[in-house]
Amino acid sequence: MGVETLAMQTPNHRKLVRTPQEAVAGIIDGNLLLVGGWGGIGVPYELILATSKLPIRNLTIVSNNCGMGVEGDVGELFRAGLVSKVITTFPVHSEAVDYLDRVKKGEIEVELTPQGTLAERLRCAGAGLGGFFTPTGAGTELGENKESRIIGGREHILEQPLYGDYAIIKADQADLMGNLRFRFAARSFNPLMAMAARRTIVEVKELVSIGSIHPDDVHLPGIFVDTIYVSGSSS
Amino acid sequence: MNLQTGWNKFEQAERVIRYLRPYSYVNLGVGMPGIVAEMLDDTRNIYFHCENGILGYRGLEKNEEIDPDIIDAATKPVGLIAGAAVVAHDLSFAIARGGRLDTAVLGAFQVSEAGDLANWKSPNALIAGVGGAMDLAVGAKQLIVMMKHLDKSGAAKIVKECTYPITARKVVDYIVTEFAVVAINSHGLTVVEMADGMTEEILATITAAKFKLDLSRAGI
Repeated sequence: MGVETLAMQTPNHRKLVRTPQEAVAGIIDGNLLLVGGWGGIGVPYELILATSKLPIRNLTIVSNNCGMGVEGDVGELFRAGLVSKVITTFPVHSEAVDYLDRVKKGEIEVELTPQGTLAERLRCAGAGLGGFFTPTGAGTELGENKESRIIGGREHILEQPLYGDYAIIKADQADLMGNLRFRFAARSFNPLMAMAARRTIVEVKELVSIGSIHPDDVHLPGIFVDTIYVSGSSS
Repeated sequence: MNLQTGWNKFEQAERVIRYLRPYSYVNLGVGMPGIVAEMLDDTRNIYFHCENGILGYRGLEKNEEIDPDIIDAATKPVGLIAGAAVVAHDLSFAIARGGRLDTAVLGAFQVSEAGDLANWKSPNALIAGVGGAMDLAVGAKQLIVMMKHLDKSGAAKIVKECTYPITARKVVDYIVTEFAVVAINSHGLTVVEMADGMTEEILATITAAKFKLDLSRAGI
């Protein structure tokens, strides 16, 4: 069924938007933006591209990578000059030319964080928790100036929850309530970012009718999703 | 083997594989450790974990169709074994950090005689990435470093104290280089296997830490 047909059938379609521009229109100067994707998969390409064209500045973005040389990936945000700070785990791909250029010019602040710590910081924000102690990073450069505590005979450091103003994420299937399913490793950070953000915008490959995703098979319930855009539906 | 090259990377991978128990869960770092997956035969039944949440991936068969949503840590397309599972990032790192992985095989810039690992950043580097290295290093039950014995400038990578930024302290159990297999415990370094033609004296000249020799333990 097409997007229009589904929207007509269901009264509860207030989350559905028809263009990526409309989906990201609320993002403003200085927002903290969580950007889904890992290693080039699970990336909300159309939402990133639309965000990169907004007349805004000074975004802090959170993304595992900082560009893989693909049109519409997170590199667009660096190219457009919207980013003043990035929280990331693995930005060193040689294809991340715009990120590398901005870092070399000293134009952006980089906060490097271990990948598991990033995941848990997002989960903590989504779960309403005040942080957590982890052995990851203890005694290293990335653990400097963090509160430290010996737990079970081992040094742990305190990590803070990481809240987003917005999350832009990618899913495989959504219904009009915003219930989501992801596909294989394209899941990665996407559900965690949805949980950690004040507002979550999802770019979804396929819109399905409400009830067609079995309740046991919902990876992320629509309670975490505010806006749905269906890939390719605006063209 | 000759003294210039030692074991080739496949022979090195064979030494790593000796420390992988059948039916165990293993994470392979990007780079040299990737060869381990290519060298394993099916009878070992090793389950590979990837940071992206895949538990149970395998190399693609010849001419097998690529699925863009199934990749390994090097973002190379891979396949899934029967019985594979895929989870989100929080659970993937609960597995890594929570002590469920039997073995992680990682590359390194330096390893110290106490088992400190330095593998994420060159000193004073402007551009660096850490990825999942620190989580894997603190969480894996057994950590094997697979690396060259010397760096590109000819300096020893097995050292008394790491001068590179640390990934985690006292975590490395074995180092496998092209010249030797080195076990690490609280008493320090023990060389348990050497490439043919390598001697204790030569090894001492290319290793910047003290070690004992106990070749009776090779391949255990």
